[in-house]
Amino acid sequence: MCLGIPGQIVAIIDADNGIAKVDVSGVKRDVNIACVRRPDEADTALIGIWVLVHVGFAMSRIDEQEAAKTLALLDQLGEIQPELNAMRETATS
Amino acid sequence: MKLVDEFRDPDKAQALATHIREVLPKVMADRRRTLQIMEFCGGHTHTIFKFGLEELLPEGIELVHGPGCPVCVLPMGRIDDAIAIAHQPNVIFTTFGDAMRVPGSRQSLLQAKADGADIRMVYSPTDALALARQHPEKRVVFFALGFETTMPSTALTVLQAEKEGLGNFSLFCNHITTVPTIKAVLDSPAMQIDGFIAPGHVSMVVGEQPFQFVAGHYNKPIVIAGFEPLDILQALSMLIDQFAESRCEVANQYTRVAPPEGNPAGLAAIHKVFELREFFEWRGLGSIDHSGVKMRPAFAQFDAECIFDVPNVRIADPKSAQCGEVVKGVIKPWECKVFGKACTPQTPVGALMVSSEGACAAYYNYGKHIPRVDALRFDATE
Ligand code: SF4
Repeated sequence: MCLGIPGQIVAIIDADNGIAKVDVSGVKRDVNIACVRRPDEADTALIGIWVLVHVGFAMSRIDEQEAAKTLALLDQLGEIQPELNAMRETATS
Repeated sequence: MKLVDEFRDPDKAQALATHIREVLPKVMADRRRTLQIMEFCGGHTHTIFKFGLEELLPEGIELVHGPGCPVCVLPMGRIDDAIAIAHQPNVIFTTFGDAMRVPGSRQSLLQAKADGADIRMVYSPTDALALARQHPEKRVVFFALGFETTMPSTALTVLQAEKEGLGNFSLFCNHITTVPTIKAVLDSPAMQIDGFIAPGHVSMVVGEQPFQFVAGHYNKPIVIAGFEPLDILQALSMLIDQFAESRCEVANQYTRVAPPEGNPAGLAAIHKVFELREFFEWRGLGSIDHSGVKMRPAFAQFDAECIFDVPNVRIADPKSAQCGEVVKGVIKPWECKVFGKACTPQTPVGALMVSSEGACAAYYNYGKHIPRVDALRFDATE
């Protein structure tokens, strides 16, 4: 109920009531998109974007750039680590 | 989706765990007791157990599993009310599956269904709305549950019912709010929590600002986190860094989903339909001021509490149940007298055993009995 699942908007079904077709791991379902619409944007611009779906509502756009940033940060951590370990091993204290 | 897999990368998890292990001594140098971090949300609890994250953490850090499982904290009186509504003539009572087995004082919704009440599981409140369209002769009630995460969906469903003039649809509103509940935890006398992992999907709706008081007023660092194993490990690492650097802030690990400002459309729908309740009763925690919402009078025609006569009786938790102490982090689930004996996921005494997001069911299912392992259980399946 609280976790949500990522899906991709594939079509706008009912613009008047804010309903889109979302593909969630191959399962297609009608989903309410009121929470991911932006006033300055046509609904068709939503097609192809990833959203987090909770109980039949698209609750948030998944920002792939932000996701990439988080992952890059984690990568960095992974790279720094062996170096730090090496430094520690040869440290003289 | 590829993203999800990347947030489960065991190497990255090890790197984060190593980072935590290395910074922790600095934090512990001038401390006398372990660092207690509460993950408020049951979704986090679930991930922590499913992937065995606690096994990766060094001595000195303890995770306290908070009250953020909306099904687990639903008091018996509300289940009794739900069953009373379901037994009224011509009612189709709809609910998320999670709530079916929560014990009321006499029975659960599942048992009431076996007794002949028309109770149906739905995936979405919009499914309940569809039932109302299909059965104009019936009164369709939706059991609205959850924190701010699910509030926009029920609010939007009510607005849609209003738009369509669906007079046979109503909401039995049991939504609860996060901030007063975190405050209740912070104010409870036995509390020793040092920092918080904040619920990522509540933040997705309400934004970062509502958590400011935790850092500002109570001086406890708090990090908004996602629900993948790496999200939680990174949030922990961000918390440890704050302690090590003597910082105390609201930080956001989950920017890919939870923008700082939250979700304006969702918040607008919430404010349109709901208003704060004076108080709401929690299983295990007692009554917490302003910790729930009800429907505004303008929506009375969609409010099951106005339409139906509900008993609205407060029922005390069974004496043997120690859910309240577990939820506040005072005792661990396995320390409860009935854990694993009278209380199991098949025969729950308390609600923390019902949902897989409840601390007791998580301990029971994933075992505290497992030996310490150095690898994450990444083969875990849903
Ligand atoms: S074991 Fe059962 S009764 Fe005890 S705290 Fe857990 S859910 Fe409550």
